[in-house]
Amino acid sequence: MSVQTRGTDTAGEPAVRKAPVPAPPRGGDRTPGAPSRRHAAAPYLLLLPALLATVVLLGWPLVKNGLLSFQNLNPRQLIQHLTEWNGVDNYREVLTGQDFWHVVERTVVFTAVNVVLIMAVGTLVGLLLARLGKRMRLLLMVGLVLAWAMPYVAATTVYQWLFAQRFGVVNWVLDRLGWHSMADYNWLGTQTSTYFVIILLLVWQSVPFVAINLYAATTTIPKELYEAASLDGAGGWKSFTSVTLPFLRPFLYATTFLEVIWIFKAFTQVFAINEGGPDRLTETLPVYAYVEGVGNQHFGVGAAISFLTIVALLVITSYYLRMVLKQEEDEL
Amino acid sequence: MKRSIFGRFWPNATAVILFAGFAFPVYWMFATAFKPTGDIIAENPVWFPTDVTFSHFKKAVDADHFWTLVVNSVTVTVLSVVFSLVIALFAAFALARMRFRGRRGLIVTFMLAQMAPWEVMIIAIYMLVRDNDMLNSLVPLTVFYTVMVLPLTVLTLRGYVAAVPKDLEEAAMVDGCTRGQAFVRVIFPLLAPGLMATSLFGFITAWNEFPLVLILNKDVEKQTLPLWLSQFQTAFGDDWGATMAASSLFALPILIVFILLQRKAVSGLTDGAVKG
Repeated sequence: MSVQTRGTDTAGEPAVRKAPVPAPPRGGDRTPGAPSRRHAAAPYLLLLPALLATVVLLGWPLVKNGLLSFQNLNPRQLIQHLTEWNGVDNYREVLTGQDFWHVVERTVVFTAVNVVLIMAVGTLVGLLLARLGKRMRLLLMVGLVLAWAMPYVAATTVYQWLFAQRFGVVNWVLDRLGWHSMADYNWLGTQTSTYFVIILLLVWQSVPFVAINLYAATTTIPKELYEAASLDGAGGWKSFTSVTLPFLRPFLYATTFLEVIWIFKAFTQVFAINEGGPDRLTETLPVYAYVEGVGNQHFGVGAAISFLTIVALLVITSYYLRMVLKQEEDEL
Repeated sequence: MKRSIFGRFWPNATAVILFAGFAFPVYWMFATAFKPTGDIIAENPVWFPTDVTFSHFKKAVDADHFWTLVVNSVTVTVLSVVFSLVIALFAAFALARMRFRGRRGLIVTFMLAQMAPWEVMIIAIYMLVRDNDMLNSLVPLTVFYTVMVLPLTVLTLRGYVAAVPKDLEEAAMVDGCTRGQAFVRVIFPLLAPGLMATSLFGFITAWNEFPLVLILNKDVEKQTLPLWLSQFQTAFGDDWGATMAASSLFALPILIVFILLQRKAVSGLTDGAVKG
């Protein structure tokens, strides 16, 4: 067992620094993995297809997006294949207009509310999983995995049905609970109520990821730490704050960032539930870029919005990666 | 660490309530799909369907283009998963077993690529694909889905390759295998479970993908199931029975694959810290 673990740990060791093989029975002079010019190129050749595919097919659209954002590209130019450069006009139009800043504000609040809820509920459910007995844990796990595995569009459709104005089960329950004005409530009719449905959907979809991984992380906390804490006279709460929480902190930071990125760029659920409606009031940045660019056929302006969104995401992602890399310094 | 009955009651009760909350939407989807229309639009919801009907499934399956879309979705998903697995296997082997200049930078590149905001790049991809006269085709979808799942596939497979004990490979090489042969005969068979688990992420991503097909393929014959499902409810005028049957058909493959591979996948997901 220990051999296997060590094998994993040293997987990143240089190939040439392999443990000397004692008395190879034949071909002794051909030490396997010995450095030669042919071998020196091998890793690069093996990596070439993956790297080429990623750089070309990711980089090309990114560059194209940058170029488009400096072009006047409306239906006329699109159909006639015209390239009309217009400098920073698109950016000026986007950044001086009110709409964009409303959408930015909305996206930030939307992301914040979602991430706080996801992290809070996810952490609590994860800690609950750690406390439960075997059978109850399995039961809750099954529920979480079902929600996790549900394809986005299927989940969105189901939420539309749960919150349907007529025959929707949510309205029925609210009516029964004495909230009679809700009996025929149109959830997708106002901004707040539409957001309520979207947020509930996203939280429902995201909590399993946080909870199950947090539970997995708690199982790796050495028992000795708790024993030491209780010897020091720490009670339940004290050992939670002095052992569990510090141990989970890196995981919680990393997951929070991951959720921020994921919610910030969520397109499918936000778009599929009501296409950004009512009156374009639930558009977040990715949906706004799509509706402006493709829906209203201002491709240049849409590209400018996309570009600004990508820059924002890149900043968040680089923070996230820096943090993760610091944690995994020795693993790489 | 013995807890009183009372101390165990509240966690268990909470667990049951949470289970109900998380499982209910999935349950309600299947329940509605099997219920006769009379029960779906009943004054009071029928919580446990007693009459079971397959008429909604029949309606969904008989909808125009359904089987074309199934073939499209399966083709695009399977091809992109297979392509990305093959390409990633080479890269993962190099990253896990070889030491070379720029290795760390390459890993970071794949980590960065894994977070790429494809949802926000769709306008640029649309223009690129249009300029190459490839709109309404499954080729660009396959190509881009392959690249979407590739970075994660590389990073996850790297972990699985690294987990295969090095001694085995060395033993094979001592016995006269070349490095390539050692890989094919020793590492590859041991990797099979890892490949299965890794393919799960790709499978889910490609099967789920919505924004790109939304913008690229306006021709119904070239669309995939997510797009079809998102328009189903409008097209069928609030026929919730048929809509939920369509949802069930779309969700079922993922639910089955997920449950089959879940145990392996969760550990993989923790390693890669990624979303399903």
